[in-house]
Amino acid sequence: MIPELGHFALALALALSLLQVGVGFWGAHRAEARLMAATAPIAAGVLVAVGAAWACLAWAYVVNDTTVLNVVQNSHSAKPLLYKLSGTWGNHEGSMVLWVLILALCGGAVAGFGANLPSALQARVLAVLALVSVGFLGFILATSNPFDRVWPPPPDGQGLNPILQDPGLAFHPPLLYLGYVGSAVTYAFAVAALLEGRVDAAWGRWVRPWALAAWAFLTLGIALGSWWAYYELGWGGYWFWDPVENASLLPWLAGCALLHSAIVVEKREALKTWTVFLALLAFGLSLLGTFLVRSGVLTSVHAFANDPARGVFILGLLAAFVGGGFLLFAWRAGTLAPAGLFAPLSREGSLVLNNLLLCSIAAVVLVGTLYPMFADLILKEKISVGPPFFNTATLPLAAPLIGAMGFGPVLPWKRARLLPALQRLWWAALAGLGAVLLCLAIEGYRIGPAIGFGAAAWVIGAALADIADRIALFSRPRAALARARGLPRAAWGGALAHAGLGVTILGLAGMGLATDKLALLKPGEATTLAGLEYRLTGLRDVQGPNWTARRATLEVRNGDRLVTVLEPDKRSFAVSRMNTSEAAIHTTWLSDLYAVLGEERDGGAVVRLHHNPLAPWIWLGGALMALGGGLSLSDRRMRVSAPAAKGLKAGARA
Amino acid sequence: MTKKRRRLWLLLLCGLGLGSATALTLTAFQDNLVFFRSPSDIAREAPPPGRAFRLGGLVETGSVVRETGPDGKPDVRFKVTDGPNAVTVAYGGVLPDLFREGQGVVTLGKLGPDGVFRASEVLARHDETYMPPEVADALKKSGHWNPEQGAPPPAATWNTLEPSKAPAGRSGS
Repeated sequence: MIPELGHFALALALALSLLQVGVGFWGAHRAEARLMAATAPIAAGVLVAVGAAWACLAWAYVVNDTTVLNVVQNSHSAKPLLYKLSGTWGNHEGSMVLWVLILALCGGAVAGFGANLPSALQARVLAVLALVSVGFLGFILATSNPFDRVWPPPPDGQGLNPILQDPGLAFHPPLLYLGYVGSAVTYAFAVAALLEGRVDAAWGRWVRPWALAAWAFLTLGIALGSWWAYYELGWGGYWFWDPVENASLLPWLAGCALLHSAIVVEKREALKTWTVFLALLAFGLSLLGTFLVRSGVLTSVHAFANDPARGVFILGLLAAFVGGGFLLFAWRAGTLAPAGLFAPLSREGSLVLNNLLLCSIAAVVLVGTLYPMFADLILKEKISVGPPFFNTATLPLAAPLIGAMGFGPVLPWKRARLLPALQRLWWAALAGLGAVLLCLAIEGYRIGPAIGFGAAAWVIGAALADIADRIALFSRPRAALARARGLPRAAWGGALAHAGLGVTILGLAGMGLATDKLALLKPGEATTLAGLEYRLTGLRDVQGPNWTARRATLEVRNGDRLVTVLEPDKRSFAVSRMNTSEAAIHTTWLSDLYAVLGEERDGGAVVRLHHNPLAPWIWLGGALMALGGGLSLSDRRMRVSAPAAKGLKAGARA
Repeated sequence: MTKKRRRLWLLLLCGLGLGSATALTLTAFQDNLVFFRSPSDIAREAPPPGRAFRLGGLVETGSVVRETGPDGKPDVRFKVTDGPNAVTVAYGGVLPDLFREGQGVVTLGKLGPDGVFRASEVLARHDETYMPPEVADALKKSGHWNPEQGAPPPAATWNTLEPSKAPAGRSGS
């Protein structure tokens, strides 16, 4: 009964969304106040309906209702409750329900907190959001119904893919989707602005918190996914330039550009057309990501679906929303007159450079991601594009971006001079140079990591210099504390996010110095890596809740001192008949000791050992970036002028 | 700064960004595109030495040999076959959890002068019924599967595939 209720709730949400589209567009077009006022309650209704549908699905998972096909395929009664719940979005159908649920939440937030928006703008934004939700609800109902029944019901489910049974991955999809779907809101604002032919500072003020929130969630989601890949997949790597990873990186790059150019619209009323374009692009890339992951054109852990009908449907949605958006842009962008003028060397100029470089990187990544697909379709040639391509093509573009990142925040608006900026930043530059030389002195001729350390020191130093300058730390140290209190949180947030990227670069540079070793050890034998001795002391069988494992015990010693005991596993899951390797990781923040157990032979075991300097900083930096975004969102200016930011802030903390 | 000059600046910058992105992409493509080759492709035309490519097929049943190098480093040798031809692969590393004889595998590496493929990566991911699409395609080409008869059979049933008595030359050592 409950699954049928869920199915009905989805259909109801579709009907309500259709109504919302009609009422919103028609009301705004005819300037009918009553119709426009009706959009907000309808959006709340959609939220309730989709929420109910999701709750029904979650219920089916929690009670392990084996008459529901989706539960049978993806769950099992012996699974812990957390993974039963996360199992609802650990599969194609359920993840689409989560997608629509978050979209409905965004619609509800625009409806609930948008009372001070011009009513025509609010109605149009809600109508565009409803149009997106019509597309995706239609997709779910037509091709991927999560409530399909199966008869006769099997005694139990088939279990969730064991590598997905992990707390990090339980929260990875919701965070990523908050980022993807958040860009639907900026898209809706962009389309509404094109329809009205007006973009002004107030519009920029409205779009910015959404762009910022979406970007912060996407940052967290990507960082969590990368961290999961590092500790779970057991390859010792953190980023593989896998198409699915790229699919999340693309909207992140576009969102990053958008959130910077929205500042220019808000403060200076310049770059309007460009900002609208970026908003369309960011959502387009989010949809492209959804298409790549969900259509089954790619093979990876993420690709659950391989039904061609689904791919075609999502491709149709992609074409409709992106094509429609850009057509509208081509038709109406001319009406958006630019207002603010600026010199090339100015805050605006540096933000233009930022946008240009971010978009160039996105373009390179996009080509590298899609080329194999087109080569297969057109040239009939199986090609793969791997990390060497992406590294050689993106790093030269990232270098000037990182250089400009330091300068941007210290340049004044409109017109700047180079000398004062250099005066503020000379010691950050010195720190960068010092880091390069230090790395070369300690590690020998390792150019890549040395440049990485230099870049990290420069970015963090420049963020500190920016804050020190704003609170006049050196010129008037006594008043500094008072000034620090008065400094808007947006300034702190921006500096923190920049420093966070610096911390990530620090981690990447450290990983550039990583070493690994493969050894066949018999019990009692030892090998050394990076000055530490790893001794295999035992191999035994272990029984877990829904797996059995073979576990090795490795004692790690520095001279005579016992550093840690690593216990890597090889697990086998009976229900899904799968094996996984559990890496054992000991982190000291300065480095990770990482051990993976391979096969056993000749009375010994093959172990792979990694020494990963500064690895945890990669994800710590991601968390700092997201925190910086959250801090900016809590800025008083955003709350006072745009009450919706309040709702966002609450979301950012959750 | 006049409007016209500003626009010129912007255009120039955009051109620079786009141009450098294109140039970078093209040069990186030239050196870093990784092609997929089946054992039959290699028998037909040897790939240029020193260039990395991906080799895929089925792990020949009974061909996996585990060795220990002189420095105590574990090493694995196995044959990758698509039916008519097979190539010997040498790999020093931990094999993935789903590596099995008789199953589909994709390896990344370079072909040595002795005809042995030295792999730097061995991919055998996903579940045991999964067949890498490249491998399915290679099997189709080598005549072991007719696409007209429907979807490829699950990987486990390919286990019976025997390598043909290899023609002399590069089909294994």
